[in-house]
Amino acid sequence: MSVVTNTTTIGAIEAPSRRNTELALLAFAVAIPVFAYLNVGLAMDGKVPAGMLGYGLGLGLLAAVAHLVVRKWAPYSDPLLLPLATLLNGMGLVLIWRLDQSPRLIATSMRRYGTFNPDAPSQMMYSAIGIAMFVGVLLLLKDHRVLQRYTYISMVVSLILLLLPLVPGLGADVFGAKIWIRIGGFSIQPGEFAKLVLAVFFSGYLMVKRDALALASRRFMGLYLPRGRDLGPIITIWAVSLLILVFENDLGTSLLFFGMFVIMLYVATERTSWIVMGLLMAVAGAAVVGSTASHVKSRVAAWLDPFGCLETATDQNMLNACDQMTQVLMSFGSGGILGTGLGQGNSDLIQFAANSDFIFATVGEELGLAGVMVFLLLYGLIVERGIRTSLAARDPFGKLLAMGLSGAFALQIFVVAGGVMGLIPLTGMTMPFLAYGGSSVIANWALIGILIRISDTARRPAPAPAPSPDAEMTQVVRP
Amino acid sequence: MNKPLRRVAIFCGLLILALLVRDNWLQFVRADELNAHPKNTRVRIERYANERGNIIVDGKPITGSVDSGDEYFKFKRTYTDGPMWAPVTGYASQAYDANQIEKIEDGILTGNDDRLFFDRTLAMFTGDKKKGGDVVTTLNGAAQKAAFEGLGNKTGAVVAIEPSTGKILALASTPSYDPSSFAGYSGKDEKAWLALEKDKNKPKQNRAIREIYPPGSVFKVVTAAAALENGKVKDINAATDTPEGWKIPLSNREMVNHAKGCANASLKRALDISCNSVFAKLGDDVGRDKMVEMAEKFGFNAEQFTPVRSSASVFDKTADRGGNALSSIGQFNTATTPLQMAMVTAAIANDGKLMKPYMIDELRAPNVDLLKKTEPEEMSRPVSQENAQLLQQMMESVVTNGTGGNADLNMDGVKVGGKTGTAQHGDKNAKRPYAWFISYAKTAEGSPVAVAVIVEDSAGTSREDISGGGLAAPIAKAVMKAVLKTRG
Repeated sequence: MSVVTNTTTIGAIEAPSRRNTELALLAFAVAIPVFAYLNVGLAMDGKVPAGMLGYGLGLGLLAAVAHLVVRKWAPYSDPLLLPLATLLNGMGLVLIWRLDQSPRLIATSMRRYGTFNPDAPSQMMYSAIGIAMFVGVLLLLKDHRVLQRYTYISMVVSLILLLLPLVPGLGADVFGAKIWIRIGGFSIQPGEFAKLVLAVFFSGYLMVKRDALALASRRFMGLYLPRGRDLGPIITIWAVSLLILVFENDLGTSLLFFGMFVIMLYVATERTSWIVMGLLMAVAGAAVVGSTASHVKSRVAAWLDPFGCLETATDQNMLNACDQMTQVLMSFGSGGILGTGLGQGNSDLIQFAANSDFIFATVGEELGLAGVMVFLLLYGLIVERGIRTSLAARDPFGKLLAMGLSGAFALQIFVVAGGVMGLIPLTGMTMPFLAYGGSSVIANWALIGILIRISDTARRPAPAPAPSPDAEMTQVVRP
Repeated sequence: MNKPLRRVAIFCGLLILALLVRDNWLQFVRADELNAHPKNTRVRIERYANERGNIIVDGKPITGSVDSGDEYFKFKRTYTDGPMWAPVTGYASQAYDANQIEKIEDGILTGNDDRLFFDRTLAMFTGDKKKGGDVVTTLNGAAQKAAFEGLGNKTGAVVAIEPSTGKILALASTPSYDPSSFAGYSGKDEKAWLALEKDKNKPKQNRAIREIYPPGSVFKVVTAAAALENGKVKDINAATDTPEGWKIPLSNREMVNHAKGCANASLKRALDISCNSVFAKLGDDVGRDKMVEMAEKFGFNAEQFTPVRSSASVFDKTADRGGNALSSIGQFNTATTPLQMAMVTAAIANDGKLMKPYMIDELRAPNVDLLKKTEPEEMSRPVSQENAQLLQQMMESVVTNGTGGNADLNMDGVKVGGKTGTAQHGDKNAKRPYAWFISYAKTAEGSPVAVAVIVEDSAGTSREDISGGGLAAPIAKAVMKAVLKTRG
């Protein structure tokens, strides 16, 4: 967004900061989840839920802190991003709290572990840490271009983050996916943070090398192939990250990284051939992984014919995958157009991971087609505001970073929602903000923080020109 | 860099669009299919989420619901006198779905039926708990008890119908099962279910309406009706032209009579002592097509819906002459449900008018408002009133002079008509024969009850003693007595 400047010498007119718009939207973003709490409580127990005040105040407080920080330290930033993230986070809390009340999940947990720990309080805490992260980004990162300096450090950091779960004693195998590390009592999914750091590395590297990648290339079969020394490092880091993730059984994230990489490369070089090559590589990779990894085979089978594969499943893993998929589909189907109403569905039949990977099924069942579309559009808006920021950004690094982050965000939405709704095979990632999980919430708040920082820089009016010494003289002389 | 950026923006938009389209496909187009999918336990969860309505006999529920405290299925079905009523109620199991009335009227019983929409909406405002409606049956508790206890530990079935309306008064089948035993979904329920599945005596089989048996001699009343209707016999007391040792057409065999004195016996006498030769020849005289027509007017070759579906009884439409003659005495391919024979008897007792049998009288909302009442419906008129009365005369003679003496009620003002049957079956008739008895009672106001009884096999009865008159007639008598008593 270019700054509207007055051509007379009176000075630049300030672009509207839209902070009050943001405040009004935030009020809605807090009020809607509070009403949703009330709704769940009334539907499930017939009374106003005891925690409503606590959660409402908590969410309101977090939103207020975030807003004040934005008002002070990023006054020109995009007014939509913060309310959208707050609304999604708040609704996520409601949905997780709703699943906490499910007698079935409680009973299953009691049978399996002998105890039941509700997830909503921890999610509330993670949200607070997430907002703290957001505030930290805005306070520490006065200018996003500073990140450019850490291009190669980012590369190293992202590799370390990705490798951590493979370190013996630190990594924890949770239901087959080795993507967790356990420190003290906390589990962290480093992949979520690697997403941000990798985006910084890609942006920094591509910004420097984009001309070389775009121009110094040989034509081969209609495609422009760049020189190895330009492409080498990036291919390496990408391949290594993919290998690690395949090793860790985390296909969703590897798909996400790959997609983010291709998009950024395309934007940086403006060459369509990258898209073609990217697609070819993706197909090749998918074919290799799909035909070798057994858990991928299960998921592909569950995707192709979920109900059929319940009968034809060859092993317990495949049976579980298919059963889960059918449960999710039936959840969506039972929701219909308007849904059963919050607290009145049976999405807890999905059992394991109902509040993390499959939380979108609860949206589908209890809020129906209407609710799911609203959520998809909310996510779509975040992506759109991110790309808007990228378009408005004046420096290539900021452009690439905003694009990479919002592209990755869009891909994540597509992969998760598409997987849960049976559009593509399930890959096991979480809906940003909505699903239960500390790393995800914290990393995504950081992502929003960076986007807000870039948008603030992009929309900040140019400093007013220095007062001209002969301003007096050129004033209109009235007759 | 802005051009590719815009393209990526469009690409991201397409991703979201793809998700929106997919969601519409899933939640709008496929919603009903997914919702009704047999794997979708929500149907069962919903079925047991609230206290289920009851099935009612004589104003009292024969079913109940208990809070099982389970996190999946809150309420569990219970049954009073489960084995006795199982052929009527069917079962409603958390693990094994439901059948019969429990399944057919599931909407009313769960309270999800559209006709209960108003009740549900009202309950929402008054804060009442959702509750299912009731199904009021036409059954008569005393008659059912007489039938069930009459069958005792024998294998068999009893169907009693009120001829003037078609109301089913008793529907018993033995051996039976207790639907309470697998109403839940625990290991115990599974064991009970599997035991029933594996049981060689097929206790879950509803013999009254879902099993077809060779009717043997009781089918002779249909042949008699056909002979009268087609003018082959005008005077039931006149001698028929049937030689002893009547040869079955297209074969070298002679029709064997178990009774003596069948040569040229009158129709009435032939029914009294159950002459095979007379009825085989009559069936042959009437001809296959007319026999088929008569049998079908009584309801053969079609499934009956009471509203529980029954199996279709069979009268062979393609038999040759010999087959038709054998069919006419209830052998060859002829096979019938006990319900079908009760319908035949009821039609005769009701002066030739066959009423459609039914066992659901009323559907009631939880607040006892009437939702639907089944009105008696005429199904067909297999025989004219005069011929029906001739048939009644003959069947009453069977009881007073013939093989059906055991069914005589000896009550003032009550006439009883009946017919015995001992159906040979199996390869070369090697299996133990089935004992049949059909009968009706009639007072001055008309007939209150028609009964069909079959006793499949009875351990402990020697083969020679198996006869419709001996085994089945006393049960029919008890049922008729119970009905007459409850009518005052």
